[in-house]
Formats: sequence, structure tokens, C-alpha cells
Amino acid sequence: MELSEHIKTANVEDVTLRRPFHPALRGTLCVTSHHLLFSDRKDEASWQLLILLRNIDAIEKSVENLFGYPRTMGSSGTITIKCKDLLVLQLEIPGMEECLNIASSIEALSALESVTEMYPFFYRPSHLTLHGPWGLSSIEQYYKQTERLQWDRWRVSTVNSDFSVCPSYPRAVIVPREVDDEKLVQSARFRQGGRFPVLSYCHLRNGMVIMRSSQPLTGANRKRCKEDELLLQAVIDGSELGYIIDLRSAQQAQQARMTGGGFESKSCYSYWKRINRHHERGKVLQESLIKLVEACSDPSHSVDRWLSKLENSKWLSHVHSALSTAGLVVECVERDGHSVLVHGSEGTDSTLLVSSLAQLILDPASRTLTGFLCLLERDWIQAGHPFQQRCAHSAYSHARLKQECPSFLLLLDCVWQVWRQFPLALEFSEALLLRLAQEVYASNYGTFLCNNEQERCAAGVKENTHCLFQSLLSADIEEQYLNPLYEPTDLAIWPSVHPQSLQLWTGLFLRWTEYAQNMEEAREEMWSIVKEHRERVGPDRTNKTPSTHCDTLTPFENLMDELTIL
Amino acid sequence: MHRAYCSKLFGFRTLQRSAQQRRDLTVENVRFVDRSLSRRTQVGTLYLTATHTIFVGKGSEDRNELWVLHSLVCNVVKHKASQSGYPLFIHCKNFQVIQFIIPQESDCHDVYISLSRLSRPEKYEELYCFSFNPNADKAERELSWDFLDLKAEYSRMGLPNKLWHVTPINREYRVCDTYPSDLFVPKSVTLPVIVGSSKFRSRGRFPTLSYYCKENHATICRSSQPLSGFSARCLEDEQMLQAIMKSNPGSRFMYVVDTRPKLNAMANRAAGKGYENEDNYCNIKFQFIGIENIHVMRNSRQNLIEVSALRSPSMREFLLGLENSDWLRHLKSIMEAGIFISKAVAEEGVSVLVHCSDGWDRTAQVCSVASVLLDPYYRTLKGLMVLIEKDWVSFGHKFSHRCGHLDGEAKEVSPVMDQFLECVWQLMDQFPCSFEYNEKFLISIHNHIYSCHYGNFICNSQKERKDLCIKEKTHSIWPHLWENKMDFMNPLFKPDQGLLRPSTAPFCFKYWRSLYNRFDRELHPRQSELDCLMAVKEETQQLEEELALYEQKLAVLDKERAKTLYMQKGVLDSKQTLWSFPLDASLVNTPQDYIGGLIGAAPNVFSSQQGERESLFGDKPKCPDADNSDQESGVADFSSHSSGEESLPSEDSVKDPDSDETGPNRA
Repeated sequence: MELSEHIKTANVEDVTLRRPFHPALRGTLCVTSHHLLFSDRKDEASWQLLILLRNIDAIEKSVENLFGYPRTMGSSGTITIKCKDLLVLQLEIPGMEECLNIASSIEALSALESVTEMYPFFYRPSHLTLHGPWGLSSIEQYYKQTERLQWDRWRVSTVNSDFSVCPSYPRAVIVPREVDDEKLVQSARFRQGGRFPVLSYCHLRNGMVIMRSSQPLTGANRKRCKEDELLLQAVIDGSELGYIIDLRSAQQAQQARMTGGGFESKSCYSYWKRINRHHERGKVLQESLIKLVEACSDPSHSVDRWLSKLENSKWLSHVHSALSTAGLVVECVERDGHSVLVHGSEGTDSTLLVSSLAQLILDPASRTLTGFLCLLERDWIQAGHPFQQRCAHSAYSHARLKQECPSFLLLLDCVWQVWRQFPLALEFSEALLLRLAQEVYASNYGTFLCNNEQERCAAGVKENTHCLFQSLLSADIEEQYLNPLYEPTDLAIWPSVHPQSLQLWTGLFLRWTEYAQNMEEAREEMWSIVKEHRERVGPDRTNKTPSTHCDTLTPFENLMDELTIL
Repeated sequence: MHRAYCSKLFGFRTLQRSAQQRRDLTVENVRFVDRSLSRRTQVGTLYLTATHTIFVGKGSEDRNELWVLHSLVCNVVKHKASQSGYPLFIHCKNFQVIQFIIPQESDCHDVYISLSRLSRPEKYEELYCFSFNPNADKAERELSWDFLDLKAEYSRMGLPNKLWHVTPINREYRVCDTYPSDLFVPKSVTLPVIVGSSKFRSRGRFPTLSYYCKENHATICRSSQPLSGFSARCLEDEQMLQAIMKSNPGSRFMYVVDTRPKLNAMANRAAGKGYENEDNYCNIKFQFIGIENIHVMRNSRQNLIEVSALRSPSMREFLLGLENSDWLRHLKSIMEAGIFISKAVAEEGVSVLVHCSDGWDRTAQVCSVASVLLDPYYRTLKGLMVLIEKDWVSFGHKFSHRCGHLDGEAKEVSPVMDQFLECVWQLMDQFPCSFEYNEKFLISIHNHIYSCHYGNFICNSQKERKDLCIKEKTHSIWPHLWENKMDFMNPLFKPDQGLLRPSTAPFCFKYWRSLYNRFDRELHPRQSELDCLMAVKEETQQLEEELALYEQKLAVLDKERAKTLYMQKGVLDSKQTLWSFPLDASLVNTPQDYIGGLIGAAPNVFSSQQGERESLFGDKPKCPDADNSDQESGVADFSSHSSGEESLPSEDSVKDPDSDETGPNRA
């Protein structure tokens, strides 16, 4: 079925659009295969609103005069559109039939199942070409780029080059040098979904590493896998102790054995100590998000009701536990000098959340704009977080939940919390986090399509779509994603996880309220202060290039120096 | 830093000498538990002087001192004896909690008894402001009291004018002893009308002007409740309101806002008090705004303090505690009242009369919140000082009672003024570019309302202050704050924004961590955006000045040196301080508590408490080291605590404590 067949009414005139903080507008509404387009009727400089249909999470329609009068008598309908970026719009559409047609088109086209029908496969901006490398870096490049690390104990393995060992892993992974590919295959068979332990991060200062995997399939009979044990033993090189951070409660881990899963027992993995930290996953997290957004969408609540709804959503508790576990990992690696293996059950959600947050706290390189995007690419996209399943719907959808889970949103929230506590330590800005929060649900780019590298290859994502991260780094739009106050620090940035220190991410959850508008003003003022300063100081002495500030002086500065020595 | 240290040392020695002379209480080998930094302890000597509790840590070369004014002490609590001694908790009015462990029970008891007595003075003369004597002569002191001039403030508003003038009626405080001597009333009212009206109002607090809007002549007036009972009327009072309404030529009615809940106001009728009957007064629109009374607020605050003092609560405990305290709900009601009035004045051009019961608590809150919303001037440093001086100090907010300066009725204590400051903070949070000052300014004011370091917030009315000769015997806080204004500036401030229209959506009311957890350093952001921006801004200005200087020089030298100007040479200026916000390395690099979140303490405490954790860190000697490496920063922080003033987390301890009011060095 062609996409256009879903469209019964493509154009409606005289539609009234209502959105927060703007007067109602009248104009023309147009539905295309991938977009909803509204343009007002003023001739000069007409204003347009373009919404990706994919961004629409839920629509509610109310039609007046459903039975009775013909259209000429003035029947009309209202469609409320609730977007995945939490924007809510209302469209008043004259004509009952048009209204229903538009609603059904939106319903059908916003929930396309086939990846290749999605907009990124049709997005062809004139300034981008499809040729050339896709993405920021591969595992091989990461390995090469970070050669300063003590890689002598590590190697890149291409055992998964045809995705047969682990369908959700990339083609290349970093593993201990002394473990050969055959052992990896055995270990993969012993881990859920074949996600055998691979390196996620190596700490420059002491060579300690953060590994991640899925749960071992010990089952009720306490099965063992020699190769898996060897692999983990090779990680710590026999000399020390490692920590396994199991993202389930001890009880959950025990229960997992009944369904074939399990945990690393002390007797088989004698060099590793297990710590259980309970993390919510899947449906619980999704419902938490739904409750939070619901609480935020009603400004008429009393303060008490608001606080109790905020508490009841548990979202901040999830933020709290994610940050504390990440903090614990960093404590092990940085303060106590131990390697860490992180896993939950599948190793595709909280595992990635914890390991990437820990890197942000530990590693100055991942706090730059490029570094952060590389981290996301490595630890989320290539590592096989199932974006398509997790982000099919957001907080407004009435659809029955399947695999939805806002793990990535939770990561962004945690990063935001870190930024609030260390406003100078991150090179990127809140705007980047907000953009990512939007793109992950609906995007022009192919970056968040599919569930893993294998699916991406099969669908030809890299050949037929553009890469979001590359576009974010292109020079002309970069500035808004930068933090004007960035000052690199080599230290670990340990966030406080006391409830008094964690806040609601107003920029995201209250994005469409007055509150966010005032913050925008503050952000602009901040930039203007910094820009004025940079102008005075000269382009080469800003914080971005502290080492090169004396290489190229403008003639004017030269001139002033001349005068000072007179 | 060096100077600060010397003066501190000097201060300490003098003190030590005088302590010996006067035989003040001295206890050796006391352990101080620094609750703000993962409960590190330090051994030292505890001194109780007439004005301060002083703890001096021993051992290290840098002498660490903690000074706490007795007037800041809220209560002293003895806890059950532990192995190491007898714990004594000192809870302060600025939310600092100090924990000492005293080896001997008798010593602990002595300290407890003395401190309980010292922190509850019976006479004004015992307050610190009467003994505080900075190196300032009489002329300077008088100058300090002249720093703010309410007459100038009224003339800034455009008063007196052809409709409003100062009435001499209260010059001797005969008509109303809790009002200031100079009061603005409509020109059209006669003295008998004022007297008549005052007799019909609680405590004689007749309607008088608080704020005048030059642009549209609308005013905010304030009074106490009328003594209307169920049916009483007063012609003069009705004339008074009529005159106020008429003094705003543009409007045909005025609002009368009773800030109490309707039920409370009705209950007052039985006691012969009550509220205005719309039928008796011409053209008034009467409105209740339910702000709860001081007793409700006191309990609410107590609950809030308990929540804020929880050590590592779960998210659930914290949010439910916050909800159950009702504190934010009360703030919202005050804010809504302020918004109602500011809109009436600015948008409708209608005058408003505000009252509650006595007209010195809720009325003061609401009038001043409305003024901050209305007039950008009150969003500047000096403006806020003037506003507090006008609406709170001069109009007889009972600071002594509400803050519990003297030992007295506990039921009179209530955080009324605190709520106003917190409303301003909530507004600052919503409008980050609209205020010239930052939150440190509010916190500093809050501290001094309770510290009794300066005379401003002593007594309950202008008359009492005059009788006590406050201006002759004490100093004024305002010039001191003004001198330190660089600390209080908001770099994002953009002047000239008119009426503020805040949102009262529930999520706009937030928990004020910087105040309630002021001394829990680990809870605060480790880096400060505002400090960084301020440094950047200052440097920009400095560079601009330099540039101007160079341009001058250039003009002079232009002719002679024109040809040699393009020679190669170094850098503009060797300072590398461009982005030099002092990133406190030790702080950044301090691990937090990531364990469980159920019990809050340092990791080393955990090792003995939680099994999993014990096996993790307990068996390694390395772990305590990590803490020791932090010890230095802990010590530095410790000394900056002494002031009770400069303890926002981002502040570096380089600040001269000598300049700080609570520092006793000038004594």
C-alpha cells in the first residue's frame, strides 16, 4: 500500500490552530506522507508549522454534529495533537468528514512500521550528500584514536562481523587480547542474546576498564562456561579484584535463574565481587514517564497535589538510582582502582545507561560536544539499544505498551542533572539534550532508526539516510549546542545524589510553559555576556583554544602591546 | 587571605585573654562533627563567651575556628551519650546544625545550661548589636543610619503631590504607637477623620499609603482590620476609604483585600473585629485571600526544617515531606495575593487597601511582594533595602517577637519575613534576568534579621527603637551590605522590565536548597554559573577600560610612532585569569554518597553499616586515604563556616571574614 493511499483529504482551508503562548491562527492544513503542514493565509511572509507525523504520539478528535446536519450547515471537528516532544496543539477543522479523514491519515501515517518507509529515507536536504562516511567513528577508529590508552592488553575482535555471534552487537568489539575469537563465541552462547562481556571504557589514569554484557545463562542448574570465566579473568589480568554491578536486586537475580538467566556465582568467578543495585526497567519506566508528563500538563493543580503526583511518578527516584549507580561505578574505577562489569538482564537498557553516565563523570573527553556524541554513538547506537522498540511511543500515547521504555530520556535527564551541578564542566548545552530528546522519537535523520547495527545494515540506513550527529557537528549550527561557560577539567565530576540536589528537568518537562521561555532569555543573556567578553579578549584567547592564544594575534592587539612596553 | 587570617588570629588571642579574665566557660578536648562534610570530626577547645560560641580546632598549623553568635542559636539539644562522649546539638536560626561531642557529662551539662541561657537573652541590652563596635566613629555610625532615607523613597514615587501629603498626626506616636511617625494620607482627609478612623481599626492602624504608582495614581494602602463586629460602622473610616479612592482620579472603585481566610475573618467578628461591609462603604470591592496565620506558618516551617535536615532521605521521603509541610502552598497563596494587587494597580489602575488582622504580618508580605512585582526599582539592591526598611521596619513588623530575639512567648515567633524573602527568591527563579541582586543577598539579609548583629531588625516598632536609642547605640546593616555589593550582583540582570507576571503553576514553586541546606555543602552545585559570569563580566569591563586608556595613549603617540606600530610582540596582557572561576579542585573531586541512599554518611561510615559495602571497601586500607586527601578541603571549608555568613558552596574562602558582620574581630 502506497503511503499516499492513507490520505483521503490532503488539504483543508480555514483551519484554526491553537498552541501554547500564541494567539489562535487561521490557515490551511495540509497532510503529506510524512508531515503535517499548517500555513497561515497572510500573503506576505506566511508563517508555517511543519510537524513530522512520526512526532505525533496521540490524537484526540471531537466532532460536533456527528449525526444530523450536512456540511453546509457548519459542522466541524477539533483534533488535539499530542506530540512526542510534549507539545500539544489543537486544530479546529471545518467539516466533519475532513476532520475524520485527517485524523485517520494522521493515525495511520504516524505509526508506520516499516523502517524504509520512514521519513529519514526521504529527507534530502540540498546541503547534504549521501556519499561519504556515516556516523562519527567506528569501534576500530575508537581503538585507533585512543591509542594513548594502554591497549596492549586489548584488541579489536571482528568475530561478530556477520552478526552471527551476537545479533545486537556491532561488527567489531574490544576484548582482552589473550582471549581468542573461539572463546568469545562460547562466552556469547552463555550470555543472553549473545551479549558477551565487551569493553566500554578504559580509564587512562590507571588502565581500569568498564565492561558491559547481558546476564549469564546459568539457569536453575547453575551451569558454567569456562570460556566466559576465562574472559572475565583476562579482564582483570589475574592480579586484582573486579566488581560486577548487577542492575537487579539480589532477589531478582535469583529469580532470573528460573527462566534460564542468572548471575556470576562467587565460586566460579572468584576474582569478581557482585553488587546488586536495583533498577527499574521497561514498562515501569515508561509508566513513570507517562505519570510525570501528566502531572506537568496541568498547571491548575495545587502545590500539594503537584508534589504528590511528582512523587508518585517516581521519575526522580529513577534519576536518583541511575546517578548513584553510575557514581558507584566511578568510585570503583577512579577512586579504588578496580575494573567493573555492568549488566542487568538483557544488557541493552540500564546497562548502557549506567556505563555511559559513568564515563561522563569520569572522562573529560566525553564531556566535549564531539566526545559526548561519540559516546552516544558507541554506547547506545552501536551497542544495540533497541531505539525503534523503546521509542515507538512517548508519554501521551494510548496505545498498548509493547517494548517502550524511556531509558535514553532518563540518560539525558541524568546528564542534565550533572550539568546543573557542574555548569562549567560540559562543553555542550541543554539545547543539545533537548534536541536529542526530540530526535530520538522523531527525526529527519537515520541515526536513531532500527534496533541494532544488523538491522541498520539490512535496511540500508547508512546508505540512504543522513547522520544526525554529523549534522549536529557541522559548523554553522553548532553554537546553540555549546555551553558558553565551558571550562574543561580533568577531574572526575561526582554529582550529588541527595534528593535535595536533584531537580525536575524543567527545560524538557515544562518546555511548553512560560517558565521555559524565561530560561531562554537567561540563556541568551549569558551568551551575550560571554560574546562581549570574547570580542574584547580577541578571538584567539577564548576558553576554547587556550593553548594557541599567542600564535595569531590580531594587528590591533599587537599594536596595543607595542604601546604597553613604551 | 593572609590579612584575614592575621586579624582572625588576633581576634582570637584577644578573646582568649578576655575569656581567661572573665572566666568564661572553656572546655578542652571537644570533638566537633562537621555535618556538612561527611561527618568529619575535629578535636579542639570550646569557648563560651558573652556573645559567641567558639570552637578552636587544634593540631594543624592553620587554626580552625568556628564562631557562632548566641543570637543565632535557636535551640540546644543534648543527645544520648555515646562511646566517645556526650553529644550536644546546636540548631541555629540560619539552619546551621552544629554537633559537639563533649567528653565529660558535667561539662556537657554546663555548656548546655549556659548556652540555653545565653541564647535566650531577657533584655535588649544583652543583644550583640549593643556590644558590637566596629572601628567606626560616631559620625560614621550616624552616616550609616542615613544610608537609606524613606523621604527620598517617597519622593522617588512622586510624593508628596497635590493628592497625597504627610500627616503630622503621628509625630509623637500618639495615634498609633506601632506606625512610623511620618505617614502619607490623602490631602482631602482632615485630622479628625484620621483619628476617627484609627479608633475604628485594631491597634489604631488606620489606612495609610504604602506604594504609589506615578503613572496612573493608583496606590497600595495598608491598615489593620476594622472593629466592625457584626454591625458597627464608622463614618470617619468610610470617609477615609472614600478619600483614598478619590485620590485616584482615574478609577471609580477600589479593592479592599483581606488577606485572611474568610473563616478567620468571620471568627474575628465575634470579638468585635472583622472586615468591611461592602454595603457601608461606597464603591469598594471586597476580596478575601486566604493566607494562613502565623501559627500555621510556624508549624509549616518547622515541618519544612525537619525535611531539609533529613540525612540522605529517599526521594519519596523528601517529596512527601515537602508536600506535607505545606510550605510551598503557603508561599503560593502569598504570591497570588501579591499578583492580584499588582495587577489591580498596574493593569486596572485601581487602588487597593490591604489588611489582615493587625496589619503587620500578612499585610507587610503582600504589599511588599506586590511592590516587587510592580516596580523594577525594588528589584535592585538598594530598592530591596528600601522596601524592607519601609514596609517592614518602619511599619512595625514585630521583628523581636517574630524572630524570637528575646526570651519570650514562643507563640509569637513566625517566619513571616522569611516568607517574603522566599517569595522574592521564587520570583528570581522564574525571572533570572529581572533582579539586580542574587540569592546570596537574600540569604545575607535573612541571616542578619536573626543575628542581632546590627540594630535594624531589633524591637517591634519605630517607637520602641527610638526609646531604646538604637540609632545611637548600634550600627546599621545596609551600608555594610552595600559595600559588599559585588558579591550580591546578578550578572544576568537587565534593567527596565515593567510589571512581572509570574506563573503560579505548582511546579514554579521550588524548594530553596541554598537557604535550608545552606551549610550542607555537599548538596550544592560544585560550580557556580553566576560567579563565573560575574568574573567574565568584570573582566570585560576591565578590558574596556584598558582599551579606552590605550586609545588615549594611542592618540597621543600617533604622530611620533606611526611607522613602528606593527612590530611583533607578545601578548596583550599576561593575566591568564580569563575564565578563572576558581574551580575548587578538591570539591569537584569528592565522591558523593552513592550507596543505597537510605543511610547518609561518609563511605567509611558505611563500611561498618552495610554488608555489601563492607566487603567492597572495608578490607582495604586505601579507602580512608581517599577521605584524608579531602581533609584539607574540609579544613578550609571549616574556617569559612565561622562567619555563619559566607557559606554558599561556590564562595571561596578567600573572602575576608573581617568584613563579615558575624565575625567578631572588630569587637
